[in-house]
Amino acid sequence: MKKVNWVVVAAGGLVGLAAVALTMLGNPANMGFCIACFLRDIAGAVGLHGAAKVQYARPEVIGLVLGAFIMSVAGKEFRAKAGSSPATRFVLGVFVMIGALAFLGCPLRMVLRLGGGDANAIVGLLGFTLGILVGVQFLKRGFSLKRAYEVGRAEGGVLPAVMAGLLLILLAVPSLLKFSEEGPGSKHAPALIALVVALVVGALAQRARLCTVGGIRDALLFQDFKLLYGFIAIFLVVLVGNLINGNFHFGFTLQPVAHSSHLWNLLGMTLVGWGSVLLGGCPLRQLILAGEGNGDSAVTVFGMIVGGALAHNFGLAGNPDALNEAKELVVGGISNTGKAAVILGFVVLAVISAANLPKEEKVAARQTTAV
Amino acid sequence: MIDARGYSCPTPVVMVQKEVKQSSPAELEVLVDNQCSVENVTRYAGGSGYQVSVTPEGRDFRLLLKK
Repeated sequence: MKKVNWVVVAAGGLVGLAAVALTMLGNPANMGFCIACFLRDIAGAVGLHGAAKVQYARPEVIGLVLGAFIMSVAGKEFRAKAGSSPATRFVLGVFVMIGALAFLGCPLRMVLRLGGGDANAIVGLLGFTLGILVGVQFLKRGFSLKRAYEVGRAEGGVLPAVMAGLLLILLAVPSLLKFSEEGPGSKHAPALIALVVALVVGALAQRARLCTVGGIRDALLFQDFKLLYGFIAIFLVVLVGNLINGNFHFGFTLQPVAHSSHLWNLLGMTLVGWGSVLLGGCPLRQLILAGEGNGDSAVTVFGMIVGGALAHNFGLAGNPDALNEAKELVVGGISNTGKAAVILGFVVLAVISAANLPKEEKVAARQTTAV
Repeated sequence: MIDARGYSCPTPVVMVQKEVKQSSPAELEVLVDNQCSVENVTRYAGGSGYQVSVTPEGRDFRLLLKK
């Protein structure tokens, strides 16, 4: 038992270390890893959206999926499964992405932002925990997206194959892809280094079952703190790394690629927390599961990529804080369309949560409403 | 017997938790189909006072929980 916990701590520590290193090597500040941002960048690289500042085929995502794939095959854990409400998962992936981009980061980046002193991430963590609490209430009442079934090995290999194909294009014919010339998409560590780092992190995350939502969810549901150790390890390593590098700057305003619109930071991450509980894992975990052969997680990842494209095509994503010409603070945030999309997300999640309860729970819920 | 094959975590543990809380059985069999669920159910059962033995069955796992 202790050995397993140390694997989680080691994996968390390594993710933190890798994040600090990737930032030093060129990734945007507090963005060594960000699954939501990087999937959004990939959506831009293949032309699914036209936001010129966020387009790059991030090798980190490719490496995480392939690392998990290689490790699961080596450990005889690769298993092609699918059929657990794939269309619902696609929609959940879209809204988890919309919530994450409202906050400007997935739960993993939220932890990295915490470690960099970004106080908005504390608000995000509150929202994330709130969302998990809501999701856990549905789990306790029997929420389930139903079981998956064994499928052909080829189905399980779809996302690893797509990522391998993307890597091939990135290395052999990059002219097919779009690359940002300014903004977050233009800031990146050297591709091969990012790939190798992510391969190692993906392999370890697969072994350790690392999941940012799982840490808080399991602590609330079962008083099981195993995954939470990984979450804490990431934070501590990033915090120490940033303190050593002089990159720790505590405060709310003008944090790197972040806004201080508190309500929407809170609500964005509430949406992510709730949606991730329904999906059975955070965006990072979805990449890892898809690498292990889970076709439902692959569909979720495709949903997140589409969500990233929608977020930028419809102007739903957050805008960072900035200074105007007079050097006055302009607080960022999200547009009214973005706010409407987050609220729509809550409605969709409520419907999905209620529709996938066991029959007796649905009847009880209807009777409660009638009374 | 709980057949949690095809379900990903945390559902298998939720199913076991529900059964343990409702009827506190002296013995409970659980079928799962992935190593992650084996680890999670084992950890939960251990914390709830059960001894757990795991038997691989083809690509699945049969867990026997005993008080």
